[in-house]
This record gives sequence, structure tokens and C-alpha cells, in this order.
Amino acid sequence: MKLAAGVEGSNTWLNIGIFGLFVVITLVIVFRASRTSKTAVDYYAAGHSFTGAQNGVAISGDYLSAASFLGIAGAIAVNGYDGFLYSIGFLVAWLIALLLVAELLRNTGKYTMGDVLAFRMRQRPVRAAAATSTLVVSFFYLLAQMAGAGGLVALLLNIENKAGQALVIAVVGIVMILYVIIGGMRGTTWVQIIKATLLIAGAFLMTVWVLGKYGFNLSSLLGAAVERVGEGGAALLDPGKQYGATGVSRLDFVSLALALVLGTAGLPHILMRFYTVPTAKEARKSVVWAIWLIGIFYLFTLVLGYGAGALVGADVISAAPGGVNSAAPLLAYALGGTVLLGIIAAVAFATILAVVAGLTITASASFAHDIYANVIKKGEADDKEAEVRVARITALVIGAVAIGGGIIANGQNIAFLVALAFAVAASANLPTILYSLFWKGFNTRGALWSIYGGLIVCVGLIIFSPAVSGGEKSMFPSVDFHWFPLSNPGLVSIPVAFLLGYIGSKTSKESDEKKYAEMEVRSLTGAGAEKAVSH
Amino acid sequence: MSTTDQGPPGPDWETIQQSAEFTQLRRRLRGFVFPMTIAFLAWYLLYVLLSDYAHEFMATKVFGNIDIGLIFGLLQFVSTFLITSLYVRHANRKLDPVADKIRADVEGGAQK
Repeated sequence: MKLAAGVEGSNTWLNIGIFGLFVVITLVIVFRASRTSKTAVDYYAAGHSFTGAQNGVAISGDYLSAASFLGIAGAIAVNGYDGFLYSIGFLVAWLIALLLVAELLRNTGKYTMGDVLAFRMRQRPVRAAAATSTLVVSFFYLLAQMAGAGGLVALLLNIENKAGQALVIAVVGIVMILYVIIGGMRGTTWVQIIKATLLIAGAFLMTVWVLGKYGFNLSSLLGAAVERVGEGGAALLDPGKQYGATGVSRLDFVSLALALVLGTAGLPHILMRFYTVPTAKEARKSVVWAIWLIGIFYLFTLVLGYGAGALVGADVISAAPGGVNSAAPLLAYALGGTVLLGIIAAVAFATILAVVAGLTITASASFAHDIYANVIKKGEADDKEAEVRVARITALVIGAVAIGGGIIANGQNIAFLVALAFAVAASANLPTILYSLFWKGFNTRGALWSIYGGLIVCVGLIIFSPAVSGGEKSMFPSVDFHWFPLSNPGLVSIPVAFLLGYIGSKTSKESDEKKYAEMEVRSLTGAGAEKAVSH
Repeated sequence: MSTTDQGPPGPDWETIQQSAEFTQLRRRLRGFVFPMTIAFLAWYLLYVLLSDYAHEFMATKVFGNIDIGLIFGLLQFVSTFLITSLYVRHANRKLDPVADKIRADVEGGAQK
């Protein structure tokens, strides 16, 4: 009976057909792209040959995950204004990437975050640390996406039993592995570009449609959403519906806001995208494109969220399979019937597929380039083919782990996993990147303390937070071993990581003035930066 | 990445770092991005704290169903787009010409 509310009017075969078409088209493109992907620089960084605009679209494809599209629209439909706060944090965060990170990173590195840290520090320990935090962040992000796929399957393909959902998760995983192994970064980038275009176009269409129903008057739309709820509906428009309950929940919100704004510029799959362009100037252009596209997309989700609240109703959304995540698909059905639902469902699947592919290539590159080539082989392996072979095998392993993890995590709290990935990125990666680019006194010990310290404190606090145990919405609701009051650890773990980086550097005598001079000149001017490869 | 694979004596990075041109480039970059970062983070935190602790103020209706909270939120979008454009203009006019010149000097010198 609950199911009927979710998939009424949904045509499973139409949904699968549209999604299948997307997979076939993208696979053809990936195969074509693979013909020019031979070397390490092709596999990791698409030969540094994409333009700023192309990469900007691809960045928005990487960034606008299922959490952005389904999650935020649903949060606004059900919790109103508090859902909107997420999108603001996700957007403002890009200014850190634009002003402080993107260009300098492009100028000093080659393929991974480890490259930048290794520039003037002891290679092996900092690369191992950078790869560790990259793998941890990617793993949690990956798990969240794959777990989300399960819920989406229930909603859109009318597959209710766990075995059927597991099969679909496996198919999604296999297609994604094919993208990465065959197409490398070039193929994956094209998948992101196609997906971002479809997603933004779909959201734009629905936004205009919803606004058209209310005479293009935002105020009337908000009024209709309030009316639909009935008594107490006015709370939808004001802050505090979700986070305003207690002093602790308010503090939790500050913590979340901090993790969101500082996490983006530390997400490894975003950092790696800056290497797919030929120069720092193109890296700047790509961030500018990304900011506009992502910002406009979040304005669409504001309309879609309140539109779903008004046209579908928060009660219906919460009761549907997939819960809040079903707001956007249900709105699509309310607007355009079976066909629009099919299109939006396929777009949502494409979104998960593309983000998972982006994460997989990042994690595999970090393992092959930082750990295999530079830690295990000590940077002496000139055989770049072996390195790429290791990267492909790693992608296969990560894909298998993601499929397995996704099947196990199916039905888990997705938002918690994504917030964890952002908190870990903000704690373990961002302080090290900023110190490394801007502070002369930063050194190996500072980097290691900051990365490992940030990682341990952040993951540790999560384990003992109400997100894991002791609450109704916890991962393990039946046991209670939590003592840390906040669900998001950012408020504590981010300052701790910055502090550890400072103390670690101050207590170590290591300092290389020459190397810092070289890094500073190169990061600001682009002298000696990796050039594009022409084919 | 290591520089050992770049062959015999590279440019003298420390001299370039202390040159008047490079000092100017660094001052122009940091003079823009550091204050701007502090400004947008403060503006963002102000918004977060108001949404979190000043519900009644944020719920004040301005016109129709549009309240101060929504306007503040949309202003975050406006300020993000604005800072992006300002930075691009600053970089194109004040940073790129200097950076390009230093890079040309360094790379030209290295080839001799």
C-alpha cells in the first residue's frame, strides 16, 4: 500500500529503457575516448586537455550527487527552510576552492593531492598519509551513493525485495567500473559532462513548469506549500523546523555548516578535476563555470522542494518508499506523468553512476600514483604502464568493494555518510592543503599530525556520536555507546586538525627554504607546470 | 613530485622569489584573497548563526510569503556570484600579466 503511493503511474520498463539509452550512449563515448587514453597522464588527468568550460560542467556533474538533487529537494519539501541551508553551504564552499586552492594546486601538482604535499616534504610518509585520507573520504562518499541507489531502485523500478535491489546495485557498479577502466579520466569526464547537462536541463524544465503553475510568483508557490500542510504549515518558511529544537541541535547545525563550507575544497575527487585542464587560468575558468552552474541548480532545487511540498505534499513524500528522497521523482510524476517520471528517474540513476565513477577513478589514482609508484616502488619505477595497470586493477577492487558495501549499506542513513565524508575532507585534507600552499614553516611532521590527527579525531567522534548509536535515526538504534553530543564532528575536528598541523610544524626542525621558494614561485606563476598532452 | 627529473641546474627560485616583481604578485594575490575569504566566511557564519539563533527575526515577513530568512539566503547566492566575478576581474587585470611575465622569464632562462 505504501508502495502504491510511491510508484503509482511509474512504468518500470519505460524507466529502464530511458536509463539504458543513457548507458549505451555514454559507453559508446567512453569507448571512443579510450582510443586516445594510453599513458598515465591520459588515465589520471585526461592529458590535461579539457577546456575550462568543459571541466566546469564536469565539476558540477561530479559535485551534484544524488544527495544534492534528491536529498535537498526532499529536505526542502519536508523540512522547508532548513533544507535550503544545505545548498547555501554547498555553494559558498566553492569560493574557498576558487580563491585559495584551484589555481595553486594546478600549478604545483600532477595527478593527486599527494603531489602537492610531496613537493617540499618527505615524499613517502606524506604520500601515504594523503592516499589514506583520500581513500577514507572516497569510501564513505562511495558508500553513501551506492546505498542511495538501493532506495532509488525501490522507488523507481518497483523492485521491493532486497535481492532484486542488490542485483541492480551490482549492475550499476559494473557499468561504473567499465567507464573507469576503459575510459580513464577522459571517458569519466565525458560521462560527467553528459550527466550534468541532463540533470540541469531536467531540473530547469521542472522549475519552469512548477513556477508556471503559480504565475511565476515565488510568494504564491510558498503560500501553496504552506496551505498544503495545513495547521503549522507556516513553519515551513522559517528557519529552525529541523535544527531549532534544542541547544544541542542548534550547535549541531553550526558544526554541519562548518563542515559543508570547509569540506568541498578538500574533496579528493573535486581536487583531481583541476588537473584535467592545461593551465591554472583554465582551472580558474572551470571553477567559475562550476559556481554558476551549481548556484543556479540550487536555486532550482528551492523551487522544486517547495513545489513538491505544494503539489505532492510532505505527508505523501514521507510515506513513499525512499522517503524524503522521493520528493523530486514524485513531483515529476505530478507534473508530467509517467514520461517525465521516467526521464527524471533515469537522470537520477545517471547522477549516481557518474559520481561513483568520479570517486572510483580518484581513489584508484591515489592508490596507484601515491602508494604503488611512490611509496612501494619509491618513485623508481619508470614503467608508467605498470602504474596505470595497477590503477585499473585498483578501480576494479574499489568497484567490487563499493558494490558489496552498497548492498550491505542499502537502507542506511545516507545523509550521515555524506556529512561524514565532508567532515573528514575538511579535517584531514583542507588544513594540510592550505598550510602547504601558504605557510613557509609547514613541514612533514605538521602534515602527518594534521592528516592523521584530523582523520582519527573526526572518525572517532563520529563513532561515538548519536549518528551511530543511541538514537532513533542512528545506524545501530538498539545499542547506545555514544558520549559525543553532536552528529557532525566538524566543530571540534576541524580546529583540532589546524592546531595539530601548527604544533607539529613548530616542534620539528625540518625546513627547506629552497624548496619553498621554488614551490611558491611555481604555484603563483605556473612556471614549469605540467603541460597539456596533444594527440 | 620531485624536481630531480628536471635535469641540471634549474632556475634560481630563491632569487626570483625575492625579486620585486614576484613580491608584487604575491602581495596582489594575498591582498585580495585573504581579506575576501575572511569577509565571505564571516558573512556566511552571520547567516548561519542568525538562522540558528534568531528565528523570529528571520521569520519576519517582508512581502507576501517572502521573509527575511529567504532574502538573506538568496543574498548568499548573490554575494557568491559577485565575489566570483570580482576575483576573475582582479586576476585578469592584476595577476595574470605579472605571472605570465615571470613565467616567461623563468622558462626562457631555463632553456638557455
